Amino acid sequence: MKEPVIRIEELGKSYQTSAGEFPALKSVNLSITSGEFVAIMGPSGSGKSTFMNILGCLDKPSTGRYFLNGSSIAELGKDELALLRNRTIGFVFQGFNLLPRMSIAENVALPLIYCGLEHEERRNRARELLSKVGLASHAESMPNKISGGQQQRVAIARALVNRPRLILADEPTGNLDSKTGQEIMSLFDELNHEGITIILVTHEEDIARHAKRQVRFLDGRIISDELTRETMP
Amino acid sequence: MMLAMLGEAWRAMGTNRLRTFLTMLGMVIGVGAVVLMMAIGQGAQYAIKQSISSMGSNLFILLAGHTSSGGVRSGSGGAHTLTVDDAEAIAELPGIQAAAPVHPGSAQVIYGPNNWNTAIIGTTPAYLDARSWTVTSGSAFTDSDVRSATRIALIGKTAAENLFGDEDPVGKTIRIRQSPFVILGTLSVKGQSMDGRDQDDTLIIPLTTAQRQVFGTDFPGSVRMIMAQATTQEIMPSVEKDMTALLRQRHRLREGMDNDFFLRNLTAVANSAAESTRIMSMLLGAIASVSLLVGGIGIMNIMLVSVTERTREIGIRMAIGARERDILMQFLLEAIIISVVGCLIGLLLGISGALLVEMFTGTSVIISFGSVAVAFGVAATVGIFFGFYPARKAAQLDPIEALRYQ
Repeated sequence: MKEPVIRIEELGKSYQTSAGEFPALKSVNLSITSGEFVAIMGPSGSGKSTFMNILGCLDKPSTGRYFLNGSSIAELGKDELALLRNRTIGFVFQGFNLLPRMSIAENVALPLIYCGLEHEERRNRARELLSKVGLASHAESMPNKISGGQQQRVAIARALVNRPRLILADEPTGNLDSKTGQEIMSLFDELNHEGITIILVTHEEDIARHAKRQVRFLDGRIISDELTRETMP
Repeated sequence: MMLAMLGEAWRAMGTNRLRTFLTMLGMVIGVGAVVLMMAIGQGAQYAIKQSISSMGSNLFILLAGHTSSGGVRSGSGGAHTLTVDDAEAIAELPGIQAAAPVHPGSAQVIYGPNNWNTAIIGTTPAYLDARSWTVTSGSAFTDSDVRSATRIALIGKTAAENLFGDEDPVGKTIRIRQSPFVILGTLSVKGQSMDGRDQDDTLIIPLTTAQRQVFGTDFPGSVRMIMAQATTQEIMPSVEKDMTALLRQRHRLREGMDNDFFLRNLTAVANSAAESTRIMSMLLGAIASVSLLVGGIGIMNIMLVSVTERTREIGIRMAIGARERDILMQFLLEAIIISVVGCLIGLLLGISGALLVEMFTGTSVIISFGSVAVAFGVAATVGIFFGFYPARKAAQLDPIEALRYQ
């Protein structure tokens, strides 16, 4: 049997608050295999953001185990987690999160600085990815000079620059109008088609429909996990 | 990687130029002040050392006491209590290198069409030894010249220039108060004395000649001043006691009577002057370093603000794979660049300030490699020290919190 990209066993996460211990996630079990396109859904406060943070190695679980490509995250140090975020995982955020003072090409190339690539190579890789998302002509523009949809494309190019096999997208279309949102989703479709595993958080049904599998959270638990019915035309 | 980070730090500083400039200004002023103060302080020390060595080393000066008649006191040297014999007796004391009676004065000196009023020192050959003064051309006079009151003179550089211009004075005849004197030799250059007098504007003639033929005296054999040189600086205090005892005995002063002479340890005076200058320059340096410290705190302050402002950026960088040490290095580099660039500007300002001071006031300044190195080293250390805390704060941010920060 194929080892899943992500395997989560009895994962729990609780926060200390002034009102006592608050459990954000309770015994979550989930496996995602390579090439899947998973939508994580649920209302605010259902624990899906906490779950994404743990998937993205930004946070560590309180209980349970998380295996990424077969290795347990709990045993890794901070630098190793940073390395995973740099090489293995690509992040796409709702608010795009581009650095305002850098040109678009520099934003895309930023993750490459942290793996020590030379200037020339960084530049070439950034251009390559920018043409993939259709923004090659904007390489030297500043982020505030382009539209929201274009900014999200830049963010996706940045997420892809280190050739990760896994993309985590947290409400990537949340700040975009529905038409632009659909354009971004077709980009994700395309990436998934190339074999990249995609996990995205959303609460819009239209968006979730692009995914092949939909996982629903409520009160820190998975309440449903089903394949998407082919409703798309 | 380092290069990319340097570029980023440079860019981050460029986005808020005024703020970067103001932060740097603290460093600029601090380093500038340290360099300037040290340059002036070391210059002053040097000047004092020069005048000490020009005076001669391990030197005592004995002045005759004062007279008091009808309530009018003459001032020291007015009484005729010191004698040539006293000087000879002092010269015999153990620990005394040389002792010379001195009759100082001044007179109009004429050579051809030129005339010049200059200091005239009547003394014995021992004087040159005591003052560590040498004859550069011609020769010095001898004890036999003193015994026979020959009309010969040694001439200092300034006096020579004023009387002879470019001519070689040795062998020429000058007139001091109508008497002809032959210039026997020229004296080495001494420079300024501690009170700013030009020591080279002088003539040295035999004591007897000065007393009998130039100034005249009612008390031949008495002098206003004796210069004595000890063999080493360490024995000066004990030699001072011996000298006092000797003179009290020779002058037949009973217990309880005041000394009829004044004895000064010139080297001690000079050394304490040098010491106080040294302390002064250290004090100035210390005060200036406080401004360096303040500059450093300014850097820390701005870096803290910058970390807070850029919390979200830090979160993004962490999410895409920056390690703690990458973030730490990024902010540390910014702080170091600010302090080092500030330091370089401060060095430029400090050095040009010192040169301006020298140009306009004539005070000698010394910009030593050491003081520049110290200022630079301190600035870099300040940058690292005060940059480290904000940088570590940035590096230890929680990526999730940082990403959420608005």
